Amino acid sequence: MTLLSTHGLQAFYGDAQALFGIDFELRPGELVAIIGANGAGKSTFLKCLTGLVKAPRDAVRFKGEPIGGLPPGQIVRRGLALVPEGRRLFPSLSVEENLLMGATVGRQGPWNLRRLYALFPILQERRKNPGTALSGGQQQMVAIGRALMGNPEVLLCDELSLGLAPIVIREIYNAMPGITAEGMTVVIVEQDVATAQRVSSRLYCFQEGRVSLSGASASVTREQISRAYFGV
Amino acid sequence: MLTDLLLQAALLGGLYTLFALGQSLMFGVMRLTNTAHGDFIVLGAFGGIAGLVLLGASGEAVIVVSIALLPLAFGFGWALQRYVLNGTLGRDPLPSLVVTFGLAIVIQNLLLELFSADPRSIETGGFNTRSLALGGDTAVGALPLVILVLAVAATAGLQWLFSSTAIGRSFRAVSDDREVAELMGLHAGKVYALATGIAFVLVALAGLLQAMRTTVSPADGPLLLLFAFEAVIIGGMGSFWGTLAGGMLLGLAQQVGFRLDPGWGIWAGHLVFLAVLVLRPQGLFPKTR
Repeated sequence: MTLLSTHGLQAFYGDAQALFGIDFELRPGELVAIIGANGAGKSTFLKCLTGLVKAPRDAVRFKGEPIGGLPPGQIVRRGLALVPEGRRLFPSLSVEENLLMGATVGRQGPWNLRRLYALFPILQERRKNPGTALSGGQQQMVAIGRALMGNPEVLLCDELSLGLAPIVIREIYNAMPGITAEGMTVVIVEQDVATAQRVSSRLYCFQEGRVSLSGASASVTREQISRAYFGV
Repeated sequence: MLTDLLLQAALLGGLYTLFALGQSLMFGVMRLTNTAHGDFIVLGAFGGIAGLVLLGASGEAVIVVSIALLPLAFGFGWALQRYVLNGTLGRDPLPSLVVTFGLAIVIQNLLLELFSADPRSIETGGFNTRSLALGGDTAVGALPLVILVLAVAATAGLQWLFSSTAIGRSFRAVSDDREVAELMGLHAGKVYALATGIAFVLVALAGLLQAMRTTVSPADGPLLLLFAFEAVIIGGMGSFWGTLAGGMLLGLAQQVGFRLDPGWGIWAGHLVFLAVLVLRPQGLFPKTR
């Protein structure tokens, strides 16, 4: 059974084409990684899934229904939440207020403030601070928590490790089992190939707006990946 | 003498604060500079005057009309934002300036056509001339005191709404990052409409009180806009207590000017405004986070 899929998805920024026919499939409970060089179209792909970049209606299907190009608010209400690149916390909101914004969609599920503070205890300690007063890793926790508060079925994470120290990246990814244990389906876009391969069950490699490699993370080799990454 | 000066300054400042709060709210939530703001205040005043023509002038009618006008103003502001002003928002501030400037001209001429250029006021059955003696030779007008109390209450109310409620949280979120706010399921257009609805309640209140305190005529809008704008800029964009402080400082400057020479009051206010722009362009209390 397929939860989320794209079929020949193309995307444009004005006249410039960013995606050239992406076929992608996500099954319930999976953790799938998307890797690829800068400008390969990974972030654009996530933006198409969440309605931030226009897509043809039938090119994106979620639980059997076409959702391409719907407004972002409608897509998140159906259960597809994005942790945006660069975290993008609301600077004038406190940590807790940022988290509460995620609950605006009003979906029921296991995630609430209490569960989230159990997953990331440091956020409870700093819940009154402005979101942007936290360290990069803590801000990333807030961004993940904010998306979880909407109790999505699919969590899309864009570049969680961007600008973070390796030890912090490890800490963030160590929280992943606590998230997927509830049956959450997760897509991570990741520059760090080793991390992506370690935490995911399947991976896709994008190159210049096309899928250059896909397969089970454990079975793809370093050579295959570097060929798919750089096209050499 | 000094007490009296400060008292009169605070009373005038309260009025300017009420003029300015709606503008401050709209700018804070959606970076929209409404150049028709003063004309909407005048429109609110004439809305009250028209209501009293229908109901007949009496103390009770003034209260009924005032209370009835506020929800009407909310609906008007909501619809104006939702169906007109939202279409002008974007990276470029010019469309919203041009459209609100156009609205200002339309309102002025519409009011001129309907009510002529005669100055009019709302008769409050003598309340506007009543005063309270404070001992010595100091006295305050009852109406200006009511205006000051309403201004402080409106400021505190808006600040509370912004900092402690879900509505305020959504105002701040769309103001910070509209795209991410929409990713959270917020409809920015509806949030903006709510903000403008609330702003227009304050606009109507300011118009009613202005017409009770003195007279209004269809061409008054631009000067009221200027006072509102000066109070917002002096106080610092995005801070309601700052707007209150800005209104008070403007009131003080004008009162000092009036005492030096009756022709200097407004001019002294402009001078203080210019001085703040030069010395502290971000205003006295800009939003710090």
